[in-house]
Amino acid sequence: MNINATIIGQAIAFVIFIAFCMKYVWPPIMQALEERKKKIADSFEAANQAARELELAEEKAAQTLRESKEHAAQIIEQANKRANQLIDESKEQAIADGKRLREAAQAEIEQDVVRAKEALRAQVSALAFAGAEKILGATIDEKAHSEIVEQLAKEL
Amino acid sequence: MASETISSSGYIKHHLQNLTFGQHADGSWGFAHTAQEAANMGFWAINVDTIGMSVLLGVLMMWFFRRAAKKATSGVPSGLVNFAEWIVEFVDENVRSSFTGRNPLVAPLALTIFVWVFLMNLVDDVMVDLIPQIAVFVGEHVFGADPHHVFFKAVPTTDPNATSAMALVVFALMVFYGIKVKGLGGFLGELAFQPFPKWLFPINLVLELVSLISKPVSLSLRLFGNIYAGEMIFILLAIMFGAGWILGPLSGLLQIGWAIFHILIIALQAYVFMMLTIVYLDMAHQKHH
Repeated sequence: MNINATIIGQAIAFVIFIAFCMKYVWPPIMQALEERKKKIADSFEAANQAARELELAEEKAAQTLRESKEHAAQIIEQANKRANQLIDESKEQAIADGKRLREAAQAEIEQDVVRAKEALRAQVSALAFAGAEKILGATIDEKAHSEIVEQLAKEL
Repeated sequence: MASETISSSGYIKHHLQNLTFGQHADGSWGFAHTAQEAANMGFWAINVDTIGMSVLLGVLMMWFFRRAAKKATSGVPSGLVNFAEWIVEFVDENVRSSFTGRNPLVAPLALTIFVWVFLMNLVDDVMVDLIPQIAVFVGEHVFGADPHHVFFKAVPTTDPNATSAMALVVFALMVFYGIKVKGLGGFLGELAFQPFPKWLFPINLVLELVSLISKPVSLSLRLFGNIYAGEMIFILLAIMFGAGWILGPLSGLLQIGWAIFHILIIALQAYVFMMLTIVYLDMAHQKHH
């Protein structure tokens, strides 16, 4: 219970402990704490950045999606239009073709008619000659009368 | 000792006597066998138990914190490092809030004080007879000493030497930084020229000197008194063990209760010592004029 030299020993021990703590304990622990604080702050910053970027990317994706939908709609519309056009075109073509064919057929028919008439006419003149021969009983000068007969045939 | 019946006063004396090494009256060196002998040894004697326990605890503390410091990284801390960092952050927070100057010494000093004082106080919560009985056993069987004369005061902070030594170191730091920051003139001026006008400087000097000296004294005696009283209650409760079948178990109950309450006291005392040291050093760093 008395003050004695222990006080000196205690003081020396205390000073040594303080010095040790100051040199080897406090700085590394504080440094680690500071570093960790910084690291955590950085990670938060990075996380925020990432979140922002994600938001941006989502927006961009939505935009792209919207655009491509519009584009697709446009393409479909165009295709429809084109299809309608094609149908119209082929219809017209078909009508034109039909008309042409019909005309051609008509022309051929008319030609046939003309040809038939020609043939008929020739035969009619021959028949007329033969008839006249029979009627007259004599030979008719073909050359002299053919003019009259031909005229007759033409009138047919 | 356990087999013999001893008187209450003998038991108390035995617990409150330091294991003192010094020069006997006849000129030979050795351990004091009685309190009177220890007192007669004068200043040049050493309380081996106080120094032994406190240095042991101090080394333990430094070993623990050094290990934590080596392992500490910016990554995820493990259990040991986490615990050390928790204490360090607690101390750091207190220093930051109370110490306004810039001094790399203060925070480590506060940490050392807090943990060391806490550990030294904590010995108080170890069973009151355990460490002294071990000491008696070792003293009797290893050194061949008379068991009645082997004293061992296990709690270093119940020795005023230990608390005074810390208070004196803090006091030296206060004076040192006071002079360093304010200059010798500023430091002495603070003692002499306030709070009253300069021409009343003798009164100022007396007042300020008293307040200056009272700081380490109160620092030392507060810790000593609290822990000494706590230890005394443990000892008295331990005496109650031998007081019959009714008081014996009650004593055990009270021991447990007091031990739990005492945890609060020892932590509080360590905290108070640390905070006052920080505040005193902060005052030493502040220029009033």
